Amino acid sequence: MNRHSLTRAITLLVRRDLILAMRHRAEMINPLLFFILVTSLFPLGIGANPNLLQAVGPGVIWVAALLAALLSLDGVFRSDFEDGTLEQYLLSSHPVSLLVLGKVLAHWLITGLPLLLISPLLGVFLGLSGDGIRILFITLLLGTPVLSLIGAVGVALTVGLRKGGMILSLLVLPLYVPLLIFASSAVDTAAAGLPVTAHLSLIAALLVLSLSLSPFATAAALRISLS
Amino acid sequence: MFNNFFHKLASPKYFYRISGALIPWLAGASLLLFLAGLYYGLVEAPTDYQQGDSYRIMFIHVPAAWMSLFIYMVMAGAGAIGLVWRIKLAEVIAISSAPIGASFTFLALVTGSIWGKPMWGTWWVWDARLTSELILLFLYLGVIALHGAIEDRRTAARAVAILALVGVINIPIIHYSVEWWNTLHQGPTVTKFDKPSIHISMLIPLLLMALAFKLYYAFVVLMRARVEVLERERSAGWVRELVETK
Repeated sequence: MNRHSLTRAITLLVRRDLILAMRHRAEMINPLLFFILVTSLFPLGIGANPNLLQAVGPGVIWVAALLAALLSLDGVFRSDFEDGTLEQYLLSSHPVSLLVLGKVLAHWLITGLPLLLISPLLGVFLGLSGDGIRILFITLLLGTPVLSLIGAVGVALTVGLRKGGMILSLLVLPLYVPLLIFASSAVDTAAAGLPVTAHLSLIAALLVLSLSLSPFATAAALRISLS
Repeated sequence: MFNNFFHKLASPKYFYRISGALIPWLAGASLLLFLAGLYYGLVEAPTDYQQGDSYRIMFIHVPAAWMSLFIYMVMAGAGAIGLVWRIKLAEVIAISSAPIGASFTFLALVTGSIWGKPMWGTWWVWDARLTSELILLFLYLGVIALHGAIEDRRTAARAVAILALVGVINIPIIHYSVEWWNTLHQGPTVTKFDKPSIHISMLIPLLLMALAFKLYYAFVVLMRARVEVLERERSAGWVRELVETK
């Protein structure tokens, strides 16, 4: 019974967030546009030499993905904090860490998934090979949930602050460094025709680690922010 | 009895008294060790056959780099103690450690790049260790910024504790990822300071300096913690008495 109602609560929570996102499509599309725009600025900035673009492509796409995720993160708890919904979550009888996981899932569906789907197009823009694009897709599939999960901790810590945005980037970006390194070198390695199982396993390990630890940290941080 | 001692120590009033008595001793010992370490390091230790005299910056650089990690561990440990047992003093120690740790990290970066200029011919190389120190500095700055942004002191201390714990889990991951990234991208173009097992005449000043840095941290953190305690307890009776008697 209890378990049933927990699943129901999380389903409802995710559905509510998705409906809210559908009603405010701009919030959903803006990070995506930002992602495309930043990526297409690089060829203009550093020159359209195909070799150069191929060399920097994976890094550029991943840095743009980090920034796009950062841009959208502030919205994870902000509106819930402002209208008091967040306090209701904390008061509910369900474990907050699991409710947080629902919020993160919704955030990923709204911002991570579109990013993932558009990424092959950007791979083509930057002249990545077929293998490179395939691996880029897999790294984003494994990596974007990590962005949302780690980011949620940062947002939970800064949600009560008036100017949380700048601090959020300072808190979260250093924690994204390992993911950035593993992911962009995976694509590099794949483009060179070498096996990338090790890279992908490491990214998957990061995903498992953040999936199992970050909801607790986020829940604790939310309790502190709302105390 | 032992337990009792810790309970007493955790009370701000008692801590204020004890730390006041400890600071001169720690500061004196640190100064003596600094003098001894610098003398042995700069005068007595022989010139390195490969690097000449410029290796001597190591006597500052290496202890500073050790301290940068050590203080982060202390900060996270104290933060965890503060979160779990709600000991205010642990929160105070965690908060007071952050700026000192950031300074040591900065010192390690600056001395590393000064050493790198004659060795590598450039001020900055994306060497694995330098890069992880740089990211460590960002982690420290994040902690300081978060603490500065939250007005309520206790809330700030607890938020910082969570951030420090998340950082502590990430530090090894960051360290190894950076090392891996560096070997992948740069290969052996950077001839790294290949450490032969260090000679005893250089090891002794290094250890003296490391101990001096530890004691320096101990007395500076106590001084900062005293100020923090006074500010937090400014409405308590003993603080008023203290102010009035002076």
